[in-house]
Amino acid sequence: MAVNSSRIDEEQKEVLKKDTILRMFRYLLDFKKQISVVLCIMAGTITISMLTPLIMEYAINVCVVQKDVKGLLMLGAGALILFLLFLAGTKIRMRLMAQVTNKVLLNIREELYQHIQTLSFGFFDSRPTGKILARIIGDVNSLKDVLSDSVTQLIPDLITVICVAVIMLIKNYRLAMAALLTLPILAIGLFLIETTVHKRWQVYRKKTSNLNGYVHEDLSGIRIIQSYAAEKETKNIFHDLVDQHYKSFMDAVLIADSFGPLVEITWGLGGFLLYFIGIKIIGVENVGIGTFLAFSTYIAMFWSPIRNLANFYNKLTTNITAAERIFDIIDTEAEIVDQEGAKELPALNGEVEFKNISFAYSDEPDRLILSDVNFIIKPGETIALVGPTGAGKTTIVNLISRFYEAIEGDVLIDGHEIKGVTLNSLRSQMGIMTQDNFLFSGTIRDNIRYGRLDATEEEIIEAATAVSAHEFIMKLEQGYDTVISERGAGLSIGQRQLLAFARTMVSKPGILILDEATSSIDTHTELLVQKGIDALLTGRTSFIIAHRLSTIRKADRIFVIDQGNIMEAGSHEELLALKGAYYNLYQSQFA
Amino acid sequence: MKNLWKYLKKYRFLYVLAIAAMFISVFLDAMSPQITRHIIDDVIVGGNMKILMNLLLALIGIGFGRAIFQYTKEFIFDYAAAGIGSGLRKDLFDHIQTLSMDYFDDHNTGELMARIKDDAERIWNAFGFVGMLVLECTIHTVIVIICMYRISPILTLLPLAIMPLIAWYALKMEKGLGEVYDNISEQTAELNTVAQENLAGVRTVKAFAREKHEISKFKKHNKKYYDLNMQQAKLLIRYQPNISFLSKILMISVIVIGGILVIYEKMTIGELGAFSEYANNIIWPMEMVGWLSNDLAAAVASNKKIKAIMNEKPVIKDVENPVWPETIKGDLVFNHVSFELDGKRILEDIDFTLKKGKTLGIMGVTGSGKSSIVNLIQRFYDVTDGTILLDGVDVKELPLSLLRGQISVVMQDVFLFSDSISENIKTGNKDATEWEMVQQASISAEAHSFISKLSEQYDTVIGERGVGLSGGQKQRISIARAIAKESPVLILDDSTSALDMETEREIETHLSKLTHSSKIIIAHRISAVRNADEILILSDGKIIERGTHDQLMKKRGQYYKTYQVQYGEEEIKWQSIQAE
Repeated sequence: MAVNSSRIDEEQKEVLKKDTILRMFRYLLDFKKQISVVLCIMAGTITISMLTPLIMEYAINVCVVQKDVKGLLMLGAGALILFLLFLAGTKIRMRLMAQVTNKVLLNIREELYQHIQTLSFGFFDSRPTGKILARIIGDVNSLKDVLSDSVTQLIPDLITVICVAVIMLIKNYRLAMAALLTLPILAIGLFLIETTVHKRWQVYRKKTSNLNGYVHEDLSGIRIIQSYAAEKETKNIFHDLVDQHYKSFMDAVLIADSFGPLVEITWGLGGFLLYFIGIKIIGVENVGIGTFLAFSTYIAMFWSPIRNLANFYNKLTTNITAAERIFDIIDTEAEIVDQEGAKELPALNGEVEFKNISFAYSDEPDRLILSDVNFIIKPGETIALVGPTGAGKTTIVNLISRFYEAIEGDVLIDGHEIKGVTLNSLRSQMGIMTQDNFLFSGTIRDNIRYGRLDATEEEIIEAATAVSAHEFIMKLEQGYDTVISERGAGLSIGQRQLLAFARTMVSKPGILILDEATSSIDTHTELLVQKGIDALLTGRTSFIIAHRLSTIRKADRIFVIDQGNIMEAGSHEELLALKGAYYNLYQSQFA
Repeated sequence: MKNLWKYLKKYRFLYVLAIAAMFISVFLDAMSPQITRHIIDDVIVGGNMKILMNLLLALIGIGFGRAIFQYTKEFIFDYAAAGIGSGLRKDLFDHIQTLSMDYFDDHNTGELMARIKDDAERIWNAFGFVGMLVLECTIHTVIVIICMYRISPILTLLPLAIMPLIAWYALKMEKGLGEVYDNISEQTAELNTVAQENLAGVRTVKAFAREKHEISKFKKHNKKYYDLNMQQAKLLIRYQPNISFLSKILMISVIVIGGILVIYEKMTIGELGAFSEYANNIIWPMEMVGWLSNDLAAAVASNKKIKAIMNEKPVIKDVENPVWPETIKGDLVFNHVSFELDGKRILEDIDFTLKKGKTLGIMGVTGSGKSSIVNLIQRFYDVTDGTILLDGVDVKELPLSLLRGQISVVMQDVFLFSDSISENIKTGNKDATEWEMVQQASISAEAHSFISKLSEQYDTVIGERGVGLSGGQKQRISIARAIAKESPVLILDDSTSALDMETEREIETHLSKLTHSSKIIIAHRISAVRNADEILILSDGKIIERGTHDQLMKKRGQYYKTYQVQYGEEEIKWQSIQAE
């Protein structure tokens, strides 16, 4: 997969806008009940708003003219009651709508997050973390206004526009046609603006995402940046990204800001046509003065919701790209998923078999990382994998835990094809330790417990003691309650590794994989940990990738991996006697 | 808001221009109904056809005029706001980069990201469409009030009486929302952090099959975020409809009281009609007050957070008159250095001299303070006691950029940027690093051979943190990055741990040829330090043994014991194999 960096725009599948819009509004359908209540209330409040001018008119034309003070006061009191109803209705409506929109955002964000959890490493490896983050937080938030406005503005405005148009057509269809002649111009104009603007907003979102990706990367690597005095370089890159972001925004608004003016122009033209055609072509006598008067009011009633609709459309175009980016992820299919009818893997015995396994990364299918690898590991055996970096050692262990899928051949555990068992039952029975042991911000206790969520305090301490972490934890002022921050302030890399060990220890795995897990631990600590590891290894099938001979030597069998296959296999003594690759490797340590 | 003036200043004339366009636009808006009235009264009712064409052209003219001025106004506001927002973002980023390590120890990436992204955006909005609408509402209201006053000064008392009430509501709402926005902004940062950790630690999550746990953790924070947003909505609901209620009350009281005034002949019916039309016109700006103060409250809350970061002073910074030596040779001296962090003693009385071109090896158990020595040399932290001298100058006297520019460190925790391999190797000296140097450094770091095998070789873009590469490959690139800088001091902090013995030895041979650099090698493996000119053994922050490999072997202390563990049995066996 091509790797996307912070400075390059992401690629995105082109989808029909209509589909995205419909799909977005489909989330609102989960709240049919609330939305129907909102619509009913709105029917009431709109009626009150419509009545208000009539009441005013009556007050002036009847009460004032007839000098009826009492009637005037009564009318005022009546209006007051209506307004109070309006107030109550608005409050209920706003509350329901706030609930609906926030719930929809909650749901979309949850769905997105849940989906991301199912995706395979390829997805995460091919783009910066910050860009994924931008979609979960920023893009979801930008749907808020569109969702709530679509119910509270779009629907009443549409109804008003349609009603006014119908009334005008009934009253005098020729005059109505004259007044509405400019509508197609508006529609074409809006469409033309929208097609350009949509693309530009897409670029803008991508630039925003680049910015986010870069900030995330910069902050994660702040140590390297300061250490290399590279602040000026990163500053230049960031400023460049901000400038690109700025430019993409200006490009977009340059066109987007003409939504309003376009409505103004068509409105002006509409007025011109109405009076010109009405007076000059149809003739006043054929229309009637009353109708003209009425039409001048209708025109105003017609164009102001049109203006709102254009605004809404503008907002929709701005934010639809956010929805596209969200659905883009939701539509990304997980490469590695449970097969249909996948079974739970029963408690592990620990037999592992590779049958004719070949592997290549999907972006470079011709470059085989492993080719036709075969082996059977008996339960409880400890296997050490050695060989030059990049030879495929890590790939072998990644295939066992099904982080990647072989392009050919089968991996069997206890005779079960791992493709046929659930990922959860497979991985939760494996203890996998890698070089980069990620700790979560939280207490040390919580981090160890991550290995088994229902572990008791005793089990946690037991595990920590077994891997010699207990000693240093107790030296910390707050012991197991010490909070680890993201950058693990106060803990050395070795100490972090010990915590990761304890975490694996507590999970009591059936198969253990140590991928250079002890490389950052000093010899003294390793000796201590070794006892813990030995305890962990007994009775468990284990795979160890390491460079230190002291670690390798003890393995039951050693596989020398090179050029995508097992070159030599056997115990330490056997391999030395062979005087082959292992022998040379061994020799290099003393030369 | 004083801190924002700096950005605003540049655009003040443009803002004046935009406001002028706004005035014209409002004026034209008021003209339009007048024209229509003329068409109806004079042409249709009065039958005066001669003026029809002029009136109609005026109608189109007004449409175009409004379009032009509206566009001018909107575009200028967008332009200025984008400039202000971008400027603020740049400064914020630049400032964060100058902060010291201890600040980053306490603040999560997710949180700082939220500041640079979301908070800067709220301020951007405040200077853009939010600010524009505030001004528009104000101008509109003022014009309408003036027109009202000219019709009936007494009746104008009504809007003048109601407006303070509206202002009071708006202020109360702003204050309440400000607090909620503080919380929302914090919760955004939290949500960011949870998601960011999940993404960064995706390998751990999947290794433990903890997806469900992660989802429920996220759900909890997402729910909290929802609750806060509902809290914000409820505050909005408490005040905003009341404001629009007040504007309706204004309308009806104008009619009732105005009507009574007409009945008592203090005012004509025509005047009342015009007045009530104006009152109608003042409703929308008043209703807008509610959500405008909502957005302004958000911007104010965000500005507070940004200000807090901008006020943060880096603990470690250049002295006032730093020393600028012309060249740095690379003589490094630790003069009885002690170091405390958070009241805990990390290093005690560390004393050594490293002459130009020589190599110092450091070993010690996990947590013995090895990496702290590196941190002190680069001044990520300052010493508590003693001094560190580079070419005889206290490192505190040197400018930070110069100091760090003279020292290349290969860190334990490899960090690579999502960029091409060659750009990664050039880090820290992008402009000056020649292509030959990149290649030369890669050869020395034993990275050239695997890089050449990649599909795009040195132009291959690697993922964030170097995902896609094996641990050993990442380490080799980071070693190449350090070598490419050709600095007088080169530090390798346990940075060959993921390499096989053979590669490590090759790299070591290459390094020993770099006679222009003083080298510090921190390692767990004897093989990495055995050829050093001096080896220090650290324990609990103190030097417990020191000497060359041979001297230390003779001492039969900690070093000897470590050697025994790593090689002892092996070497004996090896000799026996050789003997066979």
